[in-house]
Amino acid sequence: MFRNQYDNDTTVWSPQGRLFQVEYAMEAVKQGAATVGLKSKDYAVLIALCRASETETMQPKIMPVDMHMGISISGLTADARLICQYMRTECLSYRHSYSGIIPVNRLVTNLGNKMQATTQRYDRRPYGVGILVAGYDDAGSHLYQVMPSAVVLNCKAMAIGSRSQSARTYLERHMDSFENCSMDDLICHGIKAIRGSLGYEENPSLAINVAIVGANLPFKALGDEENHKYLEMAKAIDNPEKVADEAPPSDDDLLGQGPSAPTDGEDADTIASTEDM
Amino acid sequence: MLNNYNSMAQPLWQNGPTPGAFYNFTGGQQQTQKLPKELTAAGPFGTKRSTSSITTGSSVLGIRYDGGVMIAADTLVSYGSLARYQNILRVFPINNNIILGGGGDFADIQSIKRTIDQKMIEDQCYADGITMKPKALSSWLTRVLYNRRSRMNPLYIDVVVGGIEQDGTPYLANVDLRGRAYEDYVVATGFARHLALPLVRERKPKDREFTAEEASELIRKCMEVLYYRDTRNMAQYTVGVCNASGTTIDGPCKVSENWTFAATIKGY
Repeated sequence: MFRNQYDNDTTVWSPQGRLFQVEYAMEAVKQGAATVGLKSKDYAVLIALCRASETETMQPKIMPVDMHMGISISGLTADARLICQYMRTECLSYRHSYSGIIPVNRLVTNLGNKMQATTQRYDRRPYGVGILVAGYDDAGSHLYQVMPSAVVLNCKAMAIGSRSQSARTYLERHMDSFENCSMDDLICHGIKAIRGSLGYEENPSLAINVAIVGANLPFKALGDEENHKYLEMAKAIDNPEKVADEAPPSDDDLLGQGPSAPTDGEDADTIASTEDM
Repeated sequence: MLNNYNSMAQPLWQNGPTPGAFYNFTGGQQQTQKLPKELTAAGPFGTKRSTSSITTGSSVLGIRYDGGVMIAADTLVSYGSLARYQNILRVFPINNNIILGGGGDFADIQSIKRTIDQKMIEDQCYADGITMKPKALSSWLTRVLYNRRSRMNPLYIDVVVGGIEQDGTPYLANVDLRGRAYEDYVVATGFARHLALPLVRERKPKDREFTAEEASELIRKCMEVLYYRDTRNMAQYTVGVCNASGTTIDGPCKVSENWTFAATIKGY
């Protein structure tokens, strides 16, 4: 992508009908470490590659929003914190007024509208973060992808962030089995999906973190022990098939995932969406 | 225009002294409180805080049974002691799983009902299949009424909210003008609180909910007692029913009045 004369302002269209600033914001998402989301009938799971460290315990990638909802992010953490704070405030406000949990799709719709405002003003910039929202409410399990372009997609499974194409490929291949998966199997699928985004070798500074929400299960990010347990579980399933599956990714993957300039502001890398919003 | 009220008139000056009010000569910090929305709308009669009710609806009775809820209210709105409007529906279907019975100042009931109807239209506009549940409406109503009371300008109402929750369980609650709310299998407003509540509580089976027939019979009986004893009631009433198949408003029904016993009263 080259610099051109139409990319200084969010409010400037290119002759091809593109908003370059919004597309550049989407690039920011691809700079962040990968994160994967997938759901079954009763559960929604978020897996994230977090920067592991002995000294810090904060997990800026996975943020709980309410008892029934949480998000995982890729991109500018500062923007993500703001979005998370907005979502938490909306949830609390809803609880105060209506004594109940906010329907996930309504909150996500509101968030999309809020983010759209930043793509249409000369004095604002788009949020530089993509988020995966996992939730469970009266309508069942939910997984939504929200991007800086303010596109909100309802997904069965999704991966965003750097080197996430291999994760998406894995998810697409196994998508049909997710609906009736058990909780453990679902988490293992997510871990195996995100393994592809680690790159050639095991990177010791990146740790896989899991969060889950579902029927009778409030949103929680799993602790170290449980994380480790599921990592081992996923490895054990892996080993018999290791020879066939773990071929190193092709050179193209190292540079990004798929076309880096999606047309129409639509994310061309999206898979498995159940409806457009 | 009413009372020579000119709605297009501009004030003579902005941010200056108001006759009769304190004026902050030294300027600096903003002393004046911003008036709440309901007191800023200009009108021909001005707007004031008030704690009086003008046209009122009397008792509302709600009973929860195994399949849903029933809410009954007579069709009278009084003007003080005058039985002014005699054919008014005071039980409303809100959506497919909520009914609302309104007692107290009827203008306030109509005002809050309009706001609630707007909320239902919002839900329809979302078009995502999500409708408001009775507990959510009751909670929202509590917050609104409590806020109004705390600003010393209450909506002078006493309402019964009932309906079916998401999982099919019936819900019944009473919210009053001070923002006090409670849930029970029988709730009532006005005189029904004194006359009908004990009657229904006495007949409640200990180990189960009422059946639809029992609830219906109790409502009929209570409306009869209320007609005889409450001087602000009349013999015609409507009953709202909310169950798994939706909401209906039955009526108007008539209390079977029988005044022949009057002749047996000594000194009559």
